[in-house]
Amino acid sequence: MKSKNLIKFLLATFFVFLSTQSFAKTIKWSMQGDSLTLDPHAQNEGPTTMVSRQVYEALVTRGLDMSIGPQLATDWKTTNPTTWVFNLRKDVKFSDGTSMTSEDVVFSILRAQQPTSDFKEYISTVTSVKALDEYTVEIQTRDPNPILLNQLSNIFVMSRKWCHENFAIVPQNWDAGQETFSATNSMGTGPFKITLREPNTKTVFKKNTKWWGNVEHNLTQIQLLPIKNAATRVAALLSGEIDIVTDAPVQDLARIKSSAEHKVESTPQMRTIFLGMDQAADKLRSGNTGDNPFKKKEVRQAFYQAIDIEAIKKKVMRGLSEPAGIITFPGVTGYTKELDKRLPYDVNAAKQLLADAGYPNGFDIELRCPNDRYVNDEAICTAVVGMLGKIGINVNLFAQTKSKHFKELKDDQGDFYMLGWGVPTLDSHYVFHYLYESGASWNKVNFSDPEVDAAIRVMEGEVDLDKRNAAIAKAWKIVRDNIAYLPLHHQVISWASKKKVNVPIRPNNEPLFRFSSIN
Amino acid sequence: MLIVAFVSFSLFNFVGDPINNMVGEETSDEERDELRETLGLNDPIHIQFSRFVINASKGEFGISYQLRRPVSELISERLPATIELVLISALIALVSGTLLGVYTGINRRGFLSDIILAISLLGVSLPTFVIGILFIYLFAVILGVLPSFGRGEVVDLGFWSTGFLTASGLKAIILPSVTLSLFQMTYIIRLVRAEMMEILQTDYIKFARARGISEKSIHYKHALKNGLIPVITIAGINIGTLIAFSIITETVFQWPGMGFLFIQAVQFVDIPIMSAYLVFIAFVFVMINFIVDILYYFIDPRIRVKAEAVSG
Amino acid sequence: MDSQKLTLFNRIKDSDIYFSFIKSPTAIVSAIILIIIFFCSFFVEFVTPYNPFDPSSLSLMDAFTPPSWTEDGLAKFILGTDGQGRDMLSTILYGSRISLIVGFSAIIFSLILGVSLGLTAGYFGGKYEMIVMRLTDVQLTVPSILMALLVDGIARGIISREMHDEMAIYVLIFAIGISEWPQFARVSRAATLVEKNKDYVSASTIIGVSNILIMFKHILPNIMRPVLVIGTIGLALAILAESTLSFLGVGVPPTTPSLGTLIRLGNDFLFSGEWWITFFPAIFLVILAFSINLLGDWMRDTLNPKLN
Repeated sequence: MKSKNLIKFLLATFFVFLSTQSFAKTIKWSMQGDSLTLDPHAQNEGPTTMVSRQVYEALVTRGLDMSIGPQLATDWKTTNPTTWVFNLRKDVKFSDGTSMTSEDVVFSILRAQQPTSDFKEYISTVTSVKALDEYTVEIQTRDPNPILLNQLSNIFVMSRKWCHENFAIVPQNWDAGQETFSATNSMGTGPFKITLREPNTKTVFKKNTKWWGNVEHNLTQIQLLPIKNAATRVAALLSGEIDIVTDAPVQDLARIKSSAEHKVESTPQMRTIFLGMDQAADKLRSGNTGDNPFKKKEVRQAFYQAIDIEAIKKKVMRGLSEPAGIITFPGVTGYTKELDKRLPYDVNAAKQLLADAGYPNGFDIELRCPNDRYVNDEAICTAVVGMLGKIGINVNLFAQTKSKHFKELKDDQGDFYMLGWGVPTLDSHYVFHYLYESGASWNKVNFSDPEVDAAIRVMEGEVDLDKRNAAIAKAWKIVRDNIAYLPLHHQVISWASKKKVNVPIRPNNEPLFRFSSIN
Repeated sequence: MLIVAFVSFSLFNFVGDPINNMVGEETSDEERDELRETLGLNDPIHIQFSRFVINASKGEFGISYQLRRPVSELISERLPATIELVLISALIALVSGTLLGVYTGINRRGFLSDIILAISLLGVSLPTFVIGILFIYLFAVILGVLPSFGRGEVVDLGFWSTGFLTASGLKAIILPSVTLSLFQMTYIIRLVRAEMMEILQTDYIKFARARGISEKSIHYKHALKNGLIPVITIAGINIGTLIAFSIITETVFQWPGMGFLFIQAVQFVDIPIMSAYLVFIAFVFVMINFIVDILYYFIDPRIRVKAEAVSG
Repeated sequence: MDSQKLTLFNRIKDSDIYFSFIKSPTAIVSAIILIIIFFCSFFVEFVTPYNPFDPSSLSLMDAFTPPSWTEDGLAKFILGTDGQGRDMLSTILYGSRISLIVGFSAIIFSLILGVSLGLTAGYFGGKYEMIVMRLTDVQLTVPSILMALLVDGIARGIISREMHDEMAIYVLIFAIGISEWPQFARVSRAATLVEKNKDYVSASTIIGVSNILIMFKHILPNIMRPVLVIGTIGLALAILAESTLSFLGVGVPPTTPSLGTLIRLGNDFLFSGEWWITFFPAIFLVILAFSINLLGDWMRDTLNPKLN
């Protein structure tokens, strides 16, 4: 009898444990990393912005469909090509109850221009910002700026009063490890406010009852619980401890889908993965030929045609990638379907091209890869190694953590490397400016073409859209024909969640919980 | 301690360049240099080291390169998680290990003993990370009864955050602590068993038997007491080992303790965290050895007698 | 010559070890399993038709083939393939070869280090003995995994990246070996202390045999039994330590994966239904370690009559 009672007791306690405390409409959200800081101007980095976006708002913002629309500003006009006037909403209150006025907007834009701000590059063209009256702001730019609204959509508005009271007038100096009130606390105009912050462990967002907007969500709370290990993250989702994962590993999607209580949503991400081949060095650092085979376009084309991108899509990416012909994606000005077509996969043609170039027996080369940056990056590289092996290229794969990978690329140590590129401005100029312009900071293949450089100048200053588009099209054709890079695919992102949780997926991987609901 | 401090500083100082781990893809070279200057990485090595020792003695290990927060703060934040995990594991390992060890030591040829021994041997052969993965798969994914990661809800007591006071916290500690304890438990079983077998053959036990003292009393009063001496040494080493092995368990279960912090730091070459962790571990080992020596004194009469003879 | 062989055979046959061996089914089974594993691992080139480390022979389209007895399995891949289209069975055998090489080398390294220190310490005694024994105490308190992480960290700092990939296996052997030696030192010292006072040693000393000769010719053979027991159990420990380090990502580079690396890589596929990628290396590792432990256990019981 005694032991029976004990068992009863144990069972009872057990079931008490099992009956999980049901919080009213709480979404538990997980991803690999955490926000680095709550200061909305201190770090321009994915998860950091994702968190800030729930709490802070900007003059304009991208909606669910990624189009730019009003947020804190109701409308705007350009009085001359370099002067913009924004009319602000009059009913906006911060979560402490104070009203937002043009003073706060001016203060925030100036704050984002301080040396410690990570967004200063974004709005470097802004020369002056001033309040015309309590709800009107005027912004002047150095040159006509066709993408100012894009840029402003990432500049969050803070309360001038709150910043002054809490000694947070300038952004946190992230690089120097500075600690500020604004890095661990937040106070914005957005639909949620942060009530608990334990970096890398837990962040709790509560509904902001003073929010000005039309409440479309039905949440009372969001909890962000970062889980670094992918398998653990999936396990937590499947066991019900987590409601949504915004970076679900592709290999686990089938398993998650097979669960009756879970669903998976995927959408093309604004990021293209490609390989770079240094075509300027006289001698490769890792080769065995004593020269640089990549100088010959035939060799670059042989590499291109040796890659069976469909096999990578099917086996490595589990169908979740779009094979790419250029390093940009639908939705970016300058993208066309025609440009995005790939050269055919053809091993024999590739061998022939190698032989024609004078390397019938192939050569040795090192491929540098990150192993924690892109979706299945290392696995893609491993697959590439095998495919190039079939045309006689002996590839030594060197995969390492992203920070080292990028640093060593910066130091010009790569002959043959993987990189991915997103286009936050949704304009081709961003790609050319960083990847193709002679001497550009990420042009590590050392591509250089005067015609492309000239076209980039046109993209920067030309206000006539037809002429500008023509320049973009011409530049894309040149770099594509040259095989300046070896494009692989556009990434697809997947969010996995419980069926009862509804968070609309967005191509920039940013959830907007103000449009989310839980049934 | 100083040696460890020196080793932890000076050696990790050569491990890679922290700057590359801190900045993103789009940081200019000027910004990199500026950062280097702010962090004092341009100073000569001996200046950096003396700065390190002075700060370390004050409990300051600088600011984490990766998380940009003071290391002392990070460590004290993570410390409760690791300590709770290790203590629970040590308790499980010691209690069940001793009990099973005594049982198998007394009933040497029993069927149950053989089973326990076989399982304990299997336990030694199963690496901790495999057990952890198995547990997560079984209890969290298939059965869905226990959480697979983290500490659950914790209660902050000001200086200490504990998971013992909430249901989810208690649930969360089950899998990691059992995983962590298994390997050590098997060791203790075997050790206690061997000790018991050896002691049961000694003369004084034979005398005790001859004097007609009951078997139970012989086993638990006379034999176990002496059999425990090596267990205490092992338990001491054990706690150190548990702290080290918690690196693996914490990684598998995403337990927000120091081991997890350490492994993340290794991946980011986060020197301040790594050196602080090593100094901390060294400190723990010194303390454990000290405590074990004291315990010896109380448990083993021979040492006590010797000590008294000397002092007397 | 022939008769000599015969006597050796007879000596083995008549020995108590052999007798105890054929009486112990666990010992026989585990020995057979180990022999099969050793054979297959070291002659893997002849055992399987695949070389999983020749990238040009792989086809990505073969990736994720399940084991042959399941619905979508192929007869040519008995245990299925991994994410790169490598045959699991051959990958495991190649991996187990790496694990065994690291395990054996580490244990031999620590055996040589430990026995020579323990033997000399026991033989000469004095301050030297005290220092050695103090060292073993210190070493014993540092957990092997931490020691190995430390050694690996140091190595990464000192040698360049290209060198490190080549050196990784030696670093690992050193890292694991350095944390196992105190066991050997303690046991061999204790055994030496016993042997040292026996008559034959005193006799040898009197007739002027050199110290080195006495130690290695006379004492060493007599302490080999306990050393062997520790070595066998240490081998299992070393193999597990290697796999743990590789699982944490600080072991052998992925280009020459050991069992631990394979489990780590396969762990990503645990929930996606490709269970065989992590299951088979894990079970193989457990069988390997379990067999060694069983054998070690049997040896301890047999060679250490005190416990019987």
